[in-house]
Amino acid sequence: MSARGKAAIAGFYEIPTEKELPGRSTYSVLAEVARGAITDAGLRAEDIDGLIGQETLNSMTLAEVLGLKPRYTASMTVHGASGASSIATATAAITAGLADYVLCIFGESRQRSSSRAIAVAAAQRTGGPGNRGSEWEAPFGPVIAANGGYGLMKQRHMFEFGTTQEQFAKMAVDERTNALENPNAVWKGQPITIQDVLDSRFTNEPLHLLESVMPCSGAAAVVVTSAERARAMPHPPVYVLGIGGPATTHDTIWQEDEITTTPTAMTAPAALRMAEYNINDMQFAEFYDCYTILAMVCLEDAGFCEKGEIGAFYDSTDTTYSGEFPVNTDGGQISAGQPGGNAGGFRHVVEATRQVMGRAESRQVEKSDLCMVNG
Amino acid sequence: MVEYTKPLPRQEDPELTQPFWDAAKRHELMIPRCARCDSYFWYPRAACPSCLREDWEWASVSGKARLHTFTIVRQPSNPAFEPDVPYVYAVVQLDEGVRMISTLVDCEVPDDVAVDMPLEAVFDDVTDDWTLVKFRPA
Repeated sequence: MSARGKAAIAGFYEIPTEKELPGRSTYSVLAEVARGAITDAGLRAEDIDGLIGQETLNSMTLAEVLGLKPRYTASMTVHGASGASSIATATAAITAGLADYVLCIFGESRQRSSSRAIAVAAAQRTGGPGNRGSEWEAPFGPVIAANGGYGLMKQRHMFEFGTTQEQFAKMAVDERTNALENPNAVWKGQPITIQDVLDSRFTNEPLHLLESVMPCSGAAAVVVTSAERARAMPHPPVYVLGIGGPATTHDTIWQEDEITTTPTAMTAPAALRMAEYNINDMQFAEFYDCYTILAMVCLEDAGFCEKGEIGAFYDSTDTTYSGEFPVNTDGGQISAGQPGGNAGGFRHVVEATRQVMGRAESRQVEKSDLCMVNG
Repeated sequence: MVEYTKPLPRQEDPELTQPFWDAAKRHELMIPRCARCDSYFWYPRAACPSCLREDWEWASVSGKARLHTFTIVRQPSNPAFEPDVPYVYAVVQLDEGVRMISTLVDCEVPDDVAVDMPLEAVFDDVTDDWTLVKFRPA
């Protein structure tokens, strides 16, 4: 049994991504987006019978705090892919009859300095139980968070395929152009050029600061329901036509068989098969972009160009919202911000929903029927 | 001896991985090898990731390798590494095919560092108890 077209996103709500949200707790921002998404879908809280949430907050706690009583619940545990995976999981649950209205919700209010502080504390910790990282990585001085792994991926991609710093910078600039039209983006109102990206410091060579995400505060939620129910609700349904994943092959990047190939090489073909479309039918894409390198490799793996050709693709393609193939039309995480609680990856789901519903205002893409979202 | 302030390996399962560290102290590189399916793997874990059998063995290897990929660190998470910047955080591919995290010594950073350069293992006795396996240009 295929889930093709059986479920749809019926409403969404997103608060602006900010460096910090002083005076607000994570529960406060989650409550706001829960209310917002439920209202947007024309529902009441008691209608919600499914709940899917983030890695850092198990769904039982979440249900208790939000006063929901889901008969189906799950926490996504695939890091950045958790947001997109929530839609796959909600679709499966709805198709199987496990729930009728699933709230997918992600977000965090965090202190701006917390990620570096956490990384430094972790790097300096000498006691406590060991793990793979503390035994095989920490003695060699890894860099903060995921910067190290994606620096490794980018270096190898440049070696194997000759991808240039200018080509990576082009992606960052196109995303920033999109963010200028997004009032919820943390970098709104601040245009950048390719030279600005190239001139920004290396967090760790070859990764530039302006092609990397900034951890932020923010939150978003959507309601997923059956296609049949969605047709009777206020907004045009955003049908889930095909899903692949949540898939994985590794936890740490250097354990991938090929560091320049991602699990998107498995999930995109699966999603397209279910959807009964070809990759070239896709009109725009919302792809996980903690760094330009990851989004660009995933776009290759999905088949938008030949493997290794994503640099040339960016040279010749305008990927802004008004371009021939729009990518990350809200600015993506690099330019709109990466809210914690997996809400960074979830922003791609929210933006796809907004565009397909025709609610993207000044950055509305011209053809907005078919989008591929990658987590 | 100057006090060593960088992180020493903290083992999740000392019983499992101690043979590697004992070998390193003897200046010998040993990695897990599954005789059943004739495959090397890294890092050491309970079962061979190719066939899930738990009766893998330790195999002594040459330490010959190539630089699979790397990143140059100028802002380490841990301030103990500040004196070393810029330094290389590397994925090294041994001739046996497995890839491990390490760093490079005896070369100019970044000028002498390139993907695919041939390397050989060197053994750095950082404390009386711990020896780290690093690599230098071969």
